[in-house]
Amino acid sequence: MNLGLFIDVLIGGLMMGGLYALIAVGLSLQYGVARVLNVSHGEFIMLGAFATYSLYTLCGINPFLSLAISGPVVFAIALLMHRTMFQRLRKTSPSIEVFEGSSLLASFGLLFIIQNIAMLIWGPDIKGYSYLTDTINIGGAIYALNRLLSLVLAIAIGLAFYFFIVRTRLGKAIRAAAQDANTAQLVGVNIHWVLGLCFGLGALMAGLAGSLISMMYEITPLIGFPYTIIAIIAVVLGGLGNILGSLIGGLILGLVGSIVMYIHPGLSIIAFYIIFLLLILVKPTGILGK
Amino acid sequence: MDDEKKRAIRKSYLPIFSLCILALAVLMPCYVSPYTIISLNNIFMFIALTVSWAVFSGPSHYISLASAAFFGIGIYVSAILGDSIPFPVIVIIGGLLSFLIAILVGLSSLRLRGMYFTIFTFGLSELIRHSVQWWEVNITGTVGRIVVSVDARTVYYSMLIVVVLTLVMAYFFKRSKYGLAMRGIGESEEATDHIGVNVNAVKIISFATSTFFMGTAGAIMATRWTYIDPAIAFDPLYSFMPVLMAIFGGIGQITGQIFGATALTLLADLLLTKFPYYYNLLYGIILVTVIIFMPKGIMGLRLPSIKRWQEGEAG
Repeated sequence: MNLGLFIDVLIGGLMMGGLYALIAVGLSLQYGVARVLNVSHGEFIMLGAFATYSLYTLCGINPFLSLAISGPVVFAIALLMHRTMFQRLRKTSPSIEVFEGSSLLASFGLLFIIQNIAMLIWGPDIKGYSYLTDTINIGGAIYALNRLLSLVLAIAIGLAFYFFIVRTRLGKAIRAAAQDANTAQLVGVNIHWVLGLCFGLGALMAGLAGSLISMMYEITPLIGFPYTIIAIIAVVLGGLGNILGSLIGGLILGLVGSIVMYIHPGLSIIAFYIIFLLLILVKPTGILGK
Repeated sequence: MDDEKKRAIRKSYLPIFSLCILALAVLMPCYVSPYTIISLNNIFMFIALTVSWAVFSGPSHYISLASAAFFGIGIYVSAILGDSIPFPVIVIIGGLLSFLIAILVGLSSLRLRGMYFTIFTFGLSELIRHSVQWWEVNITGTVGRIVVSVDARTVYYSMLIVVVLTLVMAYFFKRSKYGLAMRGIGESEEATDHIGVNVNAVKIISFATSTFFMGTAGAIMATRWTYIDPAIAFDPLYSFMPVLMAIFGGIGQITGQIFGATALTLLADLLLTKFPYYYNLLYGIILVTVIIFMPKGIMGLRLPSIKRWQEGEAG
């Protein structure tokens, strides 16, 4: 493998990894903290992507600017969902295991609802637009500008969020809720509010990732589910409830995907599943777990 | 005393009632339209999937999302063996292969609890789907396969036999020492282990037994679809639907599971013909509503008539 090819695979992997990390951190908040294994996570990505697409093609709003519009909208929708559905489920479930099972099924229903509403609004056709497709040359390999910008943005969002979790008081409450929701409540954390916030923030990250995806790839209402799978794998890879872990997990998956893609294009999803199953069997606490 | 008598009478209704339904089902193809036969066939398929899923996941609370994998294995057995050997043998091979693979899966996933088991089974089912797809595209050079079709009446009767066997198995399993052990595992796995139950063996045996019936159902259904590909055979919907149907009807009772499977299959048929464009949307809404408002299913709603029925079955 020569150097040019190595850099090519590496940067390609980092680009995918940055995106996966963003999606994985979002799911980590929903599953690790709010305990909702949200299989409709990818649908929020799809919503973000279509919001950006519509804002750009209909109103001519700059895709990077529309992050500021589509993000909060997705956040509000998710917060409402948590308030109306998952909070009620959590209160009526006899144990957290029952809640996990029923919230998984409820989110599977949500997947159908969101996907089909999107299908009614935007139709089943493949959509896309071109924005910032100029290329630049790094070390002999050529990259589209929008992809590099997306990578930078994904890293920036990830870092900003990381500091929010580690440095702020609210971040501390989130970490406490992730460790033990009941005890967090005992020491004065408004638990339902924090869990709702985490669910909303998780969807916000998915929405932002969706906006970035819409700049790079063509989109259909069905694009969400494969990303959900990748997010679940990255979250388990990093360890449940470990937000930094899922960020690293996402990056690793991106790199692995890029390497496997180089060996044989069709095998990357199979490689992900094999990593996933082996990991659950051998070290279910994840790479950073004790 | 009086109460006990009433219960005993109700209990004696069950075999008579079941035999009447069975006789009706056997005679059905002589009197109804081919369309009804097909839709009955779908109902039977989902009853078999739901009841066999609930044999393992119902009492133990280990939610398995691998039904699609074992159903799909049955389908592929049928597609690959074709008409080289007699149909009943294919069906049995489909069940046995599922059984063997389930034992391997069970052995490897023993340590997993709760959510980890659920996502493991889901991941496994998807891994099998993508691997078969990759194999078909890169090695065989095709995506789908044509299955040798069997006439509708044979399919109907074989499905009926599978359903009856599934129900009989579920009924006796629940009352056997394995059923009791599985309920113990659901309540407290540690305690069950401590009183001398070989927890792992019980889990593997019941998991594998339940998948045998999924495999046979798949092998039969394949002959009705004539064309299959990995996306059809391993559709995740076959993993989620049995769970939903069991919850909808009431996960604890076999009658509840049968009711859930029947009602939701009929509903799907109705929605699909009346509102083809909104079918999935409506289905999603129903799913969410059921889970939020009826966590114990129809049988869990405290309606007087259902309560009486439950007492009859429990007594």
